[in-house]
Amino acid sequence: MNGARESMTSIPLNDDQAVVIIGSGAGGGTLAHELTRRDIPVVLLEAGKRQSTETFSQVPGEAFQQLTWLDTRTQSGDWGVARDFPNMPVWHCKTLGGTTVHWTASAPRLQPWELKAKTTYGEVAGTSLIDWPIAYEELAKYYELAEARMRVTRRNGVPGLPASNNFKVMYAGAKKLGYKQVHTGHMAINSRAYDGRGYCIQQGFCVQGCKMGAKWSTLYTEIPQAEATGKLDLRLESTARRIEHGKDGRVNAVVYRDLHGLEKKQRARIVCVAGNAIETARLLLLSESSQFPNGLANSSGQVGRNYCHQVTGFVWGIFDKPVYSWRGATLAGVVEDESVNNPSRGFFGGYRIELVTLDLPTFPLVGLPYGWGREFTSIIENYRNLSGMFINGEDLPRSQNRVTLNAKVKDVYGLPVANVHVEEHANDQALRAHAQGQMTKMFDAVGAKRVVKGPTPPATHNLCTARMSSLPDAGVTNHWGQAHDVKNLFVSDGSALTTPGSANPTLTIVALALRQAEFISREMKAGDL
Amino acid sequence: MDGAIGKDRRELLKACTGLVTGVVLLGSPFASLATARAWEVRLGAFTSPQASTLMSVLRTILPHDKLDDLAYAQVIHALDEQARADVNFASMLTKGLEQLGDSFPSKSEIERVEELKKIESSEFFRAVRQKEVEVLYATPAAYSYFGYEGEAFSKGGYLHRGFNDLHWLPEVPAEDSGPIPGVG
Repeated sequence: MNGARESMTSIPLNDDQAVVIIGSGAGGGTLAHELTRRDIPVVLLEAGKRQSTETFSQVPGEAFQQLTWLDTRTQSGDWGVARDFPNMPVWHCKTLGGTTVHWTASAPRLQPWELKAKTTYGEVAGTSLIDWPIAYEELAKYYELAEARMRVTRRNGVPGLPASNNFKVMYAGAKKLGYKQVHTGHMAINSRAYDGRGYCIQQGFCVQGCKMGAKWSTLYTEIPQAEATGKLDLRLESTARRIEHGKDGRVNAVVYRDLHGLEKKQRARIVCVAGNAIETARLLLLSESSQFPNGLANSSGQVGRNYCHQVTGFVWGIFDKPVYSWRGATLAGVVEDESVNNPSRGFFGGYRIELVTLDLPTFPLVGLPYGWGREFTSIIENYRNLSGMFINGEDLPRSQNRVTLNAKVKDVYGLPVANVHVEEHANDQALRAHAQGQMTKMFDAVGAKRVVKGPTPPATHNLCTARMSSLPDAGVTNHWGQAHDVKNLFVSDGSALTTPGSANPTLTIVALALRQAEFISREMKAGDL
Repeated sequence: MDGAIGKDRRELLKACTGLVTGVVLLGSPFASLATARAWEVRLGAFTSPQASTLMSVLRTILPHDKLDDLAYAQVIHALDEQARADVNFASMLTKGLEQLGDSFPSKSEIERVEELKKIESSEFFRAVRQKEVEVLYATPAAYSYFGYEGEAFSKGGYLHRGFNDLHWLPEVPAEDSGPIPGVG
């Protein structure tokens, strides 16, 4: 399992019968498994290397370098990230397994009303809200499959994770405020050993890669299972740079750089893009042609638009007694009561209050607002006595919030990098202020000496840049994640979510990939794809 | 300790322009962290007076009075490494230090803060602060000082080493928590 090596199965570059999947995270990795187990040959292009439970570094700075997508991005707009983290608008992975290697494994469902955001919230000025083209009842079938596969706690009789010190603070505060739905979360982390993977031993190193393999990741679940079918040709350190099409308007090849930096062209029957919402949009835009002058699958002009990232942010409580918040599963705790649409709070949509902690080196880098001097260090002096909570709220889609190509800044191969532009809607700001207020009340209720509001960190939930829509001019893909413009082109990651809702997105991405795999397989058998 | 302290002395002496030294007090939590009681960081880009000014700047930007100089010296070492590899970075830093002057360390903290506030938006200040935030809290001395226990896999996680040992608040009822795995 160690080191970068190519898959044993070899599909020739000129073989035009394989499905080419770009990206091996929650969407791409799951899809690769689902197709190969149905005997469909798959070429899986992954830009990163292969790590393993043995190679994961447990030095936070090293782990960050080992797993993170560090290629240049630029950003613009007025959100806090542009000010506080100018060189890093987003934080996701470049490694086999994608962002499922560093995710904190919170796996809640979207709720029925969140799939009908436009209908539920009504016309909200300054947004590009639409409803999902999928009914909740349809998605629920795949949520059940995803939860069983990912062994999500508090579903299917799987026990919850045990309460940590940090969660005891959250729980006590939440109960003082009268919250009802407070527990250790629906986590894709083994609370019992399962499927050859160990149980959670409360390391607190979820973000650095779980050395127990207790946290679900495509790296050591879906991908090895796909490899075992003999139908997967996995190509590591292979970066897609262009999707090509024929005169019939169907895609037929993916041009990529291989691990030696050489340009290769893989013929394809079907192409599925799952490179995380930033690179997925960038790749479609880079694949412009005379037939698709604004980018592939972009006759609507919607590719890259409606970028959502969820409203996030840290709030820290400082106590006069130790909490040792770093001991324990990073995100194993939630208050779900605010994940409702209640406009009397002053905003549409809901948010989840989630447990959080950061290791010592990362805490002042990401968890605290810019500062220095005694005011700043007095917070860190209390590191033992800190408890943390995190906002995970719905942000509203806006047409101008978008991923574009920055012609002025090029990558190592001379291609324009992605620019991420975000102008926060007043609704996002009202939601954040409300969440920070409730978290402050929770900490105060259990005797915090001081409450510190942290910044919005680089976005980890990058979504909606190729969204599913009923109407072809309102999005990029239909309800299967199939491009409106190109029948054999699919979007298989968080880019396809219609709206973000307030649920951490991975479970939804996996559910949609399971559903998409059924569709692709069925259509291929019927000869329609 | 990593960094210059453990590196080959002869090679370092060739390029040495300055020195930061200190003594780890026996009985302090840092005694076990240093390879010897006395430590030194040999520098290739800064002179000893410049390093002394830099130490004072670092202790003004992120003041932790009881955190050993050894932790701050590792920030100086990191800046020195970058300066040795990048002449523009080196000249930017030495210019910034020159402007603060050799008298900076002898000023009161209030005066030092005032001086740094004036240059807070400068490239010098931003580079030094950024490097300090990145390096200082990742040092073994800082882990020890702040009580951070770090990597836990090699010790079996925190499952049986205090992940739920907080007793100044009520316990969480079973239905909202979960069983300890591996037990029963």
